[in-house]
Amino acid sequence: MADKNEGLNKKNNDTAAGAYVLRLFITGASPNSIRAVENVKSICEKYLNGNYELEVIDIHQQPELAEGEDVIAVPLMIKKAPYPERRMIGDMSDTHRVLKGLGLANNS
Amino acid sequence: MSKSQKKKEPVLYGTLPKALTGITGLDEITGGGLPLGRPTLICGEAGCGKTLMSIEFIVRGAVQYNEPGVFVAFEEKSDELAMNVASLGFDLKKLQAENKLKIDHVHIDRSEIEETGEYDLEGLFIRLGYAIDSIGAKRVVLDTLENLFSGLDNQAVLRTELRRLFTWLKEKGVTAIITGERGEGSLTRQGLEEYVSDCVILLDNRVVNQITTRRLRVIKYRGTVHGTNEYPFLIDEDGISVLPVTSLKMANKVSTDRVSTGVSGLDNMLGGKGLYRGGSVLVSGTAGTGKTSLAASFANEACNRKEKCVYFAMEESPNQIIRNIRSIGIDLQKHVDSGLLYFNASRPNLYGLEMHLVAMHKCIKQYKPSVVIIDPITNFINIGSVSEVKNMLVRMIDFLQEEQISVMFTALSLNTIVNEQTDEGVSSLVDAWILVRDIEFNGERNRGLYVMKSRGMKHSNQVREFIITDTGLQLVDVYLGPDGILTGSAREQQMLLERTGEAIRSSAVNRKDREIIRKRKVLEAKIASLHTEFESVEEELNKVYLEEELKKEILNKNREEVMRMRRGETAENKEKTKTSRKK
Repeated sequence: MADKNEGLNKKNNDTAAGAYVLRLFITGASPNSIRAVENVKSICEKYLNGNYELEVIDIHQQPELAEGEDVIAVPLMIKKAPYPERRMIGDMSDTHRVLKGLGLANNS
Repeated sequence: MSKSQKKKEPVLYGTLPKALTGITGLDEITGGGLPLGRPTLICGEAGCGKTLMSIEFIVRGAVQYNEPGVFVAFEEKSDELAMNVASLGFDLKKLQAENKLKIDHVHIDRSEIEETGEYDLEGLFIRLGYAIDSIGAKRVVLDTLENLFSGLDNQAVLRTELRRLFTWLKEKGVTAIITGERGEGSLTRQGLEEYVSDCVILLDNRVVNQITTRRLRVIKYRGTVHGTNEYPFLIDEDGISVLPVTSLKMANKVSTDRVSTGVSGLDNMLGGKGLYRGGSVLVSGTAGTGKTSLAASFANEACNRKEKCVYFAMEESPNQIIRNIRSIGIDLQKHVDSGLLYFNASRPNLYGLEMHLVAMHKCIKQYKPSVVIIDPITNFINIGSVSEVKNMLVRMIDFLQEEQISVMFTALSLNTIVNEQTDEGVSSLVDAWILVRDIEFNGERNRGLYVMKSRGMKHSNQVREFIITDTGLQLVDVYLGPDGILTGSAREQQMLLERTGEAIRSSAVNRKDREIIRKRKVLEAKIASLHTEFESVEEELNKVYLEEELKKEILNKNREEVMRMRRGETAENKEKTKTSRKK
C-alpha cells in the first residue's frame, strides 16, 4: 500500500517526462500476488531505472476499480503509458514476456 | 401430467426450490422455473436466443419477482445490450438506475494481453461478488463465459477456476445462468456442461424446407420432473414464448351448450341447434364451394351473439375477405370496428408449423375469443409433412378444447379424392365434418352439402343444395326424382313442371266438383217434385176419406132422425116447429 502512495506522488511529478505508468492489480496476500509484486519491482528497478510510477491496487480493498479497469485474471499489470496500453497477467515470472509487454523486448 | 401437481405443492414434499423465470411457457416445462440458487447452463448455436433468454430471465426477475440481477456480458457492451433488448420493451437503463439490474461488461482481448506467469480469475470473482453485493442480486447471468477461453491461454487454470466459480456461485446462493456456444459433438465448445450439472437447457435453430424454427429442450434437470420434448419457441416483441406443454390427459371439460353456425339450414341438419360450444368442425370441399363463406357466417353469427372471434386467414387478406363476404350480405367490417372480430392474417410459409401454433396460441391467449376460425389449413401442408400438420392440429384442437373455444377449420380437398380423408388427415380429430362438394349435372355446377359426421348429436344424412345468395347462405333440399338427384336449374325446372301438373290436376278436380254439385242440384229438384206429387196424392186420398167420414156422420144423423120419427111422440114438439118452419 505504501507503493501506491509513492506511485501516485511520482505520477503527479513526472508524467510529462515519458515515464512508465504502471498499475498492478493484486488480490491481497495470495502467493501469486506476492510474487507478482516482487517480480515487477525487480524488473522495474533493473530495466526502467526509476523512470516509472507503480501503483499497486488490492482489488479486495477496492473492488469498484476492478470493474473500471476490466480486471478478470489477477495479478494484472496495466501499462498506462507510454502508449500503447498493454496488459500483462500472471505473476510476472516470465521476464522476457514482461519486457515484451512493457515494450522493452528489443532492448534486452 | 404430474407437473401441475408438482407445481402446486413443491414445498410440501421438500423438492427442489425453483426460481420462476417469467418466460411464457418455460416455467410450465420446467415445472416452476430454474433451480433456485444453482447455476443453469443454456447452450445453443449462434443466433438461437441464448442471450435473449438470459436477459429476459434477469429482467423479469427484477420486474416481476423483485429479484435484482447481475448480467455479466462477455460479448456485448452494456449500451449495445440495452439497445438490443429495447425492442422487446426492456428498459435496462431504467432498471440500472433503480439498482435492480447491473450490467458488467467484461472485455478480453487476446492481443492486449501478455501472459507472464501463473494467474487466477480472482478478479472476476471479486467483480462479480462486488456487483452482487452492491444491489443484493439474486440472479446472475454469465453470457458467454467461453469467451474467456479465447482470451486466455492457460486452459488448466481456466478449468479449475470455472469449477471454483460454479461452486462459489452456489455458495452465494444466486440463481445463475451460464450461456455457452454449442460445440462439435458436445453441448458446449469448452465442455461447460461438465461443471454445471443441475440444469441444462439446449436451444436450437433448425431450418427445414427453408423455414426456421427455434426449439428448446431441457436436457437435464436434476431432482425434478420436467418436460423432455423439444418445444418450439418464438421471439417477438414481448420476448420469448415457449409453446406450453400439450396436455395429454384428455380430461377437458365439455359443454352441452350449442352454438348456431349462422346458416339456419345447417343448424337444422345438426339436430336443429347447431354445433357444441368448444367443439371443432371441419369444412372441407373443392375449390369455390363456399368454405370461406361458411366460415365467415359462423364468425358473423358469433359476433352477433356479442362473442369474440379470431379469424386466422391463411390465404386471403382481411380486407379481401371483408369485401368478398359483403357480396353475400354479411358485413364483417362492423364487427372488426366494434372489436369483436379480429383478423390474424399470415402466410403459412411465414414460419414453421410450430411457430404458427405458438403465434396462434399467443393471439388466442391475448384475445380470448369464443370462436376461432382457421381458413384454410390446407396450406400448412406446404411447410410440413402430413403427420406434422396433423400433430400440430391435434395440439391446436386440444388447446382450444381446454379453453372451451369453438373452432372451424376449412380445408381444400382435391377433386380426385372427394369424400375421402382430407389431406391433413384431421377428419378423425374433429367433432363435426361438413363436406361441401360440387354436383355437376346438366351442364352446370351446383354445390351440395353433407354432414359427414357430427359427434354426439342427431344429424341429417341428407344432401342439401347449398346456395349462396345476396342475402347469405341457404340450404335447400335437393330434388330426388325418378332420374336421380336434381340440383340448380334442373331442380327449378322440375319444380316448375310439378307446379304445372298440380295446376292442371287441380282444375280437373274443380270441374268434377262442379259436376257433382250440378248432379246434386238436379237430383234435389227431382226429389222436390216427387215430394209435391206425393203431397197431392196424399191430399186426394185424404179427401175421399173425409167425404166418407162426412157421409157416415150424416147417415148416422139421418138414422137417428128416422128412429125418432118412428117413435112418434117424442118428436111431436119438435115436429111442430119443424113443420111450421116447413110451412
